[in-house]
Amino acid sequence: MNNEQQLAAVKEMEREKQLDAERSEQELVNVKQTVQKHRKVVSTEKVLEVENLHVSFTTFGGTVQAVRGVSFDLYKGETLAIVGESGCGKSVTSNAIMGLIPQPPGRISDGKVQFKGRELTTLTKKELRKIQGVDISMIFQDPMTALNPTLTIGEQLMEGVRTHFKVSKSEAKEKALAMLNLVGIPNPAERLKQYPHQFSGGMRQRIVIAIALICEPELLIADEPTTALDVTIQAQILELFEEIQAKTGVSIVLITHDLGVVAKIADRIAVMYAGKIIEIGDKREIFYTPQHPYTQGLLNSVPRLDLLEEELQPIDGTPPDLFAPPKGCPFTARCPFAMTVCEHVHPATTTLTKTHAVDCWLQDERAKQLWEA
Amino acid sequence: MLKYTLKRFVMMIATILIIATLTFVLMHSIPGSPFNEERTTNEAIQENLERFYKLDQPLPVQYAYYLKSIVTFDFGPSIKKPNESVNELLARGFPISFELGMTTILVAVISGILLGTFAALRHNGVIDYAAMTFAVFGISIPNFVLATLLIQKLAVDWNILPPATWSSPLHMILPVAALATGPMAIIARLTRSSMLEVLTQDYIKMARAKGLSPFRIIARHALRNALMPVVTIMGTMLAGILTGTFVIEKIFAIPGMGKYFVESINNRDYPVIMGTTVFYSSFLVFMLFLVDIVYGFLDPRIKLHKKEGEA
Ligand SMILES: Nc1ncnc2c1ncn2[C@@H]1O[C@H](COP(=O)(O)OP(=O)(O)O)[C@@H](O)[C@H]1O
Ligand code: SF4
Ligand SMILES: [Mg+2]
Repeated sequence: MNNEQQLAAVKEMEREKQLDAERSEQELVNVKQTVQKHRKVVSTEKVLEVENLHVSFTTFGGTVQAVRGVSFDLYKGETLAIVGESGCGKSVTSNAIMGLIPQPPGRISDGKVQFKGRELTTLTKKELRKIQGVDISMIFQDPMTALNPTLTIGEQLMEGVRTHFKVSKSEAKEKALAMLNLVGIPNPAERLKQYPHQFSGGMRQRIVIAIALICEPELLIADEPTTALDVTIQAQILELFEEIQAKTGVSIVLITHDLGVVAKIADRIAVMYAGKIIEIGDKREIFYTPQHPYTQGLLNSVPRLDLLEEELQPIDGTPPDLFAPPKGCPFTARCPFAMTVCEHVHPATTTLTKTHAVDCWLQDERAKQLWEA
Repeated sequence: MLKYTLKRFVMMIATILIIATLTFVLMHSIPGSPFNEERTTNEAIQENLERFYKLDQPLPVQYAYYLKSIVTFDFGPSIKKPNESVNELLARGFPISFELGMTTILVAVISGILLGTFAALRHNGVIDYAAMTFAVFGISIPNFVLATLLIQKLAVDWNILPPATWSSPLHMILPVAALATGPMAIIARLTRSSMLEVLTQDYIKMARAKGLSPFRIIARHALRNALMPVVTIMGTMLAGILTGTFVIEKIFAIPGMGKYFVESINNRDYPVIMGTTVFYSSFLVFMLFLVDIVYGFLDPRIKLHKKEGEA
């Protein structure tokens, strides 16, 4: 090998090194951009304000007080999870926001639901219809039953846009195709002509999501959207929610009884029990410093990878009867820390941080003073 | 789809053949013949007649002739009215029976579905109770009883409508009402219960969440699903209406097929019995085929299933 060749080889090596350096720099920039893209921008603009919501149902057996004073706010681009055992009033809450409580037997007996400052509970059915599916959309639990078996998914997709906007059939079709693309359905043009039974459960839920999003709503209420799905499909659907939120900035109320679902995509968590929100906070606050014994119990009953040895501890007992809800703390009968006061007086809401609040006597200032005295 | 249709067609032919054979067997197993009435005929004439109608042949041969007449759809002359062929009889009587039957079906289906739907929408309300009380009466009163009641009240006592015959649309009201009430009541009850069930389905809730108008939700999302059980019973209902026309035609003196059919059996008028039975069973089997097609049209799941079955 002569000198010239050696020199050329060295130069070549140096050039490659430099290229590598440039490449890794570029990669860093890329990563930064992706991080930027995926970092959530939750604005301070309130999309939804629910205040002291009460919903009851008149039945032959008496009046069920399904929701008994629920309050929360939802910000633009945020995901709020509402968790709680089955029967605690999650679906009733979401139906009430959506204006879908059947009246009778149901009744919103008190409280406010404001969408971008506009009161919804006093609207007529006709006025509500201009909001339903356009500004607020809903996703249901079971994708196997949420789609009409006798209409093609194209018809079911386009129906919403064509009802609410003056668009031609071809424009609606364009929109439907775009939505199917967004929710990750391959061959959308062909799939549009097919019927629900020709899709798997996961695919159907994607279609349900596409239908809910086709009018570009600002608020999406998802009532247990993954409960009926396999675990792997669940994860895919949750990812889809994140992706869609990143792309469209839609605010999401995610209802679930599965804390695992919540851990992944929620920004804030509201824990519901017997028709009330008993604790609400940032995801971290709820997962790392839960204050309500019920929340703690729920977390203990979730399987965790890092605590394989420890046994799951389901919470003993059952929730109270909502025909005659207790006047004190509804968790008294099941609470390991229950005190006399709990039985008789409902705990007031204690604000722990700007985002964290809890309804429990243990956190009440007065109780703490007593404790310390 | 073609294979399916073909298969159905072969099954239709087989069904008709079985019915025809059963008719033949039954017809020849009831005692009596077209000729042995009290009035004694000259033996030579009778023999001639029997030869003419091939009644002198052994049964298997007669059966073969019978099959041939089915295939060519030519049943020859009637025995009792030799100057008229069975085909002419059908051509005269069937259009009238068809008109009665079809009007009845249309009236029963349309009013039954409307009644059932409104009852479901006003569940437990006044309309619901009224409609369902009416339906119970409609189902429990036989059409011939209803027919006589209608004639007595509307035609004789109040003189609002003509009591009999088939000469104008006005004449059609009473017979159609008598014949349609039962099926209508059944359809109304069925529509109501299936509509109530459909209205609790998630896809209806989803349609509401889309902000669709109530009319659109009912017409587009609920009705089609709610009608499936109704279509399922249409087959038996058609058969019921078909036999009902015989009775109603008799009561209202309507010159349809019913009269000839009943007479032909009394008279052992073999060609007429055979002709009408084969004709009516073909008609019914064809209608059932149509019902199936309508069902496949209403429920896309069925269509696909059949398509898959083809491959
Ligand atoms: N249409 C209704 N009629 C009577 N009671 C109802 C009705 N809908 C809901 N409820 C009652 O309201 C309570 C809360 O129900 P729901 O919100 O569906 O619970 P979940 O948290 O499991 O979604 C339950 O006790 C239920 O029985
Ligand atoms: S208020 Fe009392 S009963 Fe209720 S959760 Fe707190 S300690 Fe338990
Ligand atoms: Mg629920």
